[in-house]
This record gives sequence, C-alpha cells and structure tokens, in this order.
Amino acid sequence: MQDPLLHRPAPSDDPLGRFFWQSGADGVLRFLRCGDCGYWLHPPSSRCPQCLSANVAPQPVSGRATVHTFTINVQPWTPGQEPYVYAIVEFPEQDGLRLTTNVVGCPIDEVRIGQQVRVAFVDRNDAYYPVFVPEAT
Amino acid sequence: MSDKFEHDAVISGVARSAIGRRLGRSALDLTVDAAGAAIADAGLARGDIDGICTYPGGSADVTFGYAGPPPQEVQDALRLNLTWFQGSAELPGQLGAVVAAAMAVSTGLCRHVLVYRTVTESSAQGSGGRAAVLGSERAHSYGVWSAPFGGTSPVNWLAPVAMRHMHEFGTTREQLGQLPVTFRRHAALDPEAAVFTAPLSLEAYLAARMISTPLCLLDCDVPVDGCTALIVSTAAHAPNTPNGAVRIEAVGTAARGRLSWDQYADLTSMAAQGASDHLWSRTDLRPTDVDVAQLYDGFSILALVWLEALGFCGHGEAGPFLEGGANIALDGRLPLNTNGGQLSGGRLHGYGLIQEAIAQLRHAAGARQVRDAEVALVSNGGGPIAGALLLTRDR
Repeated sequence: MQDPLLHRPAPSDDPLGRFFWQSGADGVLRFLRCGDCGYWLHPPSSRCPQCLSANVAPQPVSGRATVHTFTINVQPWTPGQEPYVYAIVEFPEQDGLRLTTNVVGCPIDEVRIGQQVRVAFVDRNDAYYPVFVPEAT
Repeated sequence: MSDKFEHDAVISGVARSAIGRRLGRSALDLTVDAAGAAIADAGLARGDIDGICTYPGGSADVTFGYAGPPPQEVQDALRLNLTWFQGSAELPGQLGAVVAAAMAVSTGLCRHVLVYRTVTESSAQGSGGRAAVLGSERAHSYGVWSAPFGGTSPVNWLAPVAMRHMHEFGTTREQLGQLPVTFRRHAALDPEAAVFTAPLSLEAYLAARMISTPLCLLDCDVPVDGCTALIVSTAAHAPNTPNGAVRIEAVGTAARGRLSWDQYADLTSMAAQGASDHLWSRTDLRPTDVDVAQLYDGFSILALVWLEALGFCGHGEAGPFLEGGANIALDGRLPLNTNGGQLSGGRLHGYGLIQEAIAQLRHAAGARQVRDAEVALVSNGGGPIAGALLLTRDR
C-alpha cells in the first residue's frame, strides 16, 4: 500500500474532534450522532444542528462508503511524494454525510466516482487516520 | 438612503501598481503606488479619503504574500485621516471589501473609501514554488479536515468539483479548456497588463502537465505581485469624476447551505449559487442584460461554476455553452474575462477582474473593448466563499 500520509500535517487538536482521530484504535469509525433526533454530525459540534440538542455522542458507522468525488494529486508538493488519491466519500447512514479522505490499496487510476469503499486506519502522528480501500467485488 | 444601500455608492476611481512575477517589492510599496493613482483617477486628493477597506487585512508576514499591508500601515504611509477602516477575510468573497465600503458610504460613516487588494505571492514563493510556503505543522482553519489527507493546495479542493461536474453532466476537458484558451486570446489584447500573452491552443492545453486531475497547470491562475486599488465614493461625487463613475446596481452576498469544501449539498455549485440568487433578487436586470462578465477564475472550474450559478446557462449546461468558445469571445453572447482573467492576467485575487469591468463600462478597454458595454457582472471567490457585483455605466 502506498503511504498517503507522507509529510502530512497532524490533525487539529480541537477537543471536539479528538474522539474522531482516536476512534480507529479499535478499528471502528465513529461520528457524533444526536441521541434525540438521530442526526449524524460532521465536522463535530457540541449541539445537533438539526434539533439543537446537546445530547450528542460518538457512535460507530459501518465504515462502508461511496466515492462521491475525488482527484489524483500529481503535483509533488513535497520532495519524493508519489501521486495520491484525495477523495470525498459519502456514507449510507445519512444523505450528505461525507468525509474527505484518501483512497488507497489499489492503483490510483482505478478509483471511480460511485465506487464502494470501506474504512481502514493508518496510525500516524498520535492519530488514527481513516482512509478507504475498495470493497472486494 | 436609497431603497438599496448599494445605490448610494459609486466606484469613482481605480488603478493598479506594477504587476508581475517576482517584482521583489514590498506589499506596502505596491499599495501606495496603486492608492495614489486611484485617488487621482477619482478626481480626489488624499485629504478627501476618509475610509479604508481591504481584504483580508492582518499581517503580511505570516501569510506568504497572500495578505497585503493592514489598513493601519496604509493609513500611516499616506497620512490619511479616517473615520472608518476595516480589514477582514470573513466576507462574501474578496469583493466583500467593496460591499463593506459601499455600506460605510451609504450609512454616512465616510464619503470616499480607498479599497485595495495587494498580493506578493510570486515573490513569496520565489524559486521554491508553492512548496516553499506550505507548512507541515498541525492543520488549522480550512485545513483541519483536508490537510491531514493531502488537501495541500486549493487545487486539491477544487479538482473534485471539476471531477464531479464531469461525472454528473458529461463536461469534458475540451470544454473546460475553452476558458484558458479564450482568456489567453483576450490577454494578448492587453499586453501591458497580462502576464501571459502568447497564443494558447486547445491542443497545448490538453497536453499541459497535470496538477490534480482533471485540472492541469493551465487551469490554475498565475501567482503575481501587485496591487489593485479602487475608490468607493458617495454617489453625489459621480459627476465630479474625471474618468467616469461606475454604478453598483446590485450585490450578491448570501451564505446558504453548508459552506464547506466537502459538505455542501451540491458540490457543482457551492457558495456561488447563494451569491448569485441574492444578486438577482436585488435588481430588475436579468442575465441576458449583461454585456460583459468578469468571473473569478482562480481555477478554470470556478468560472464554469459561476456561469451556471449566475444563470448564463442552465445548471450542468456550461460544457455545451463553452463548446468551441464562441459564446465567451469578445464578440460572443457573453464576452468573458476580457483582460485574460487571472489565468493569463495574474492572480490579483479578483481585483483585476473588478478593474477590467470598470474599464469596460468606461469604454476605456482599447482593443478588447466590448461594444456599447453598459452592464458588467463581476464575481469573486468560489467553493465555500463567494460574492458578486452587478455594475452599470453611469448615464
């Protein structure tokens, strides 16, 4: 697997997002979810933007997603950097619940919009970066 | 006050400093040059200027040539006596500074506002290119959810928009390429101002090196050093302007939907849609009344998105609209980015586009003049930030 995280900045240390970057320690992807109306929140916030409830907490998602759109970054921003896939994936749990991520584990020119992918984690910078690999077809 | 605040203000003057690659001059130096010329162009003296407004303000030292000098530095350098000043980036696009100036004039806070936008990104990037100004620290601001995954440059944030547009609507690189190719043709008619004037063929565009698929080098604007300054005055000053005032018919400033790079419901329109809808709600003019448009082209895909959001063609129909390039040529249905835009004229961060709109409405655009231009559209920004202005010739 190519290393999509070479020379990358560490995530923000905002306390609201800390759970997200640590979630992969047990191999599970989590987003905040409203305990009252069921709305999924991303990026994290302390209140549900739909019903304004403060009853929000991290909840697991299936980790399956669809590639909504992507780009292959070719420009070597840092020395020795390989081209990589920078993608926005969408989750079946809620319309419009999306995450910006990398698609890895396949030749970069095989990534397609609509492709089914699932989460994997890369442990780096004291965080677990959720990246996505193609589902076996 | 008028029914709409923007009718209380006019753009009375405009000017620019030297513009170029790696000028090696300070941001303040360039700003003072442009400001002095803009004040004279408005028929004013320094003592008349009682307001300053800029985008984004802040310190130029830590922003890699992106920010110009803060208002206080310009105020001191020109020894201005101000009743109002502002520098801010949290605005509806870069031309939010123009909107703020018009609001300040309309509310009576001041009468003549110096508005400027200064960039020294070319010098800042120097021989190291953009990599020289990329930090590798902890992600912050816009970058919190993108930088950790290699969303390093705005090109990485906009390329997925282009990819999605192509996927949903069948838009092709050949169609997108009509923007840089046509703008280059326009740039050749302004050799004093444009950075790149050599003819650009569609074949050369398609063969250019890829940066972030499907956007190639020629889909990206050109970092330059330079300052554009304009004077926003009370409308009562319009008859006293030696080179003609330009009226502000309507502004588009709305923030609607989820204004983020990845969460906006329709990634093929984003903030441009809110700004466009708001603009047309404030005027009786329609897209067919626009004689010339200067649409933000930090990346070619942004100008394409603006074409649709503003209603110059239907949503998803920009590809066919651009096909062959005739519609956006100087004699086409919608002459577009008549000074070469930012793709060939340099990344003045939208302010070169405002200057060109004013030149067209003053009928002072020389060889690239659009005949009888009376109504001009200017848009700034793209992605999660967008603003638009509808300008008219003073009659």
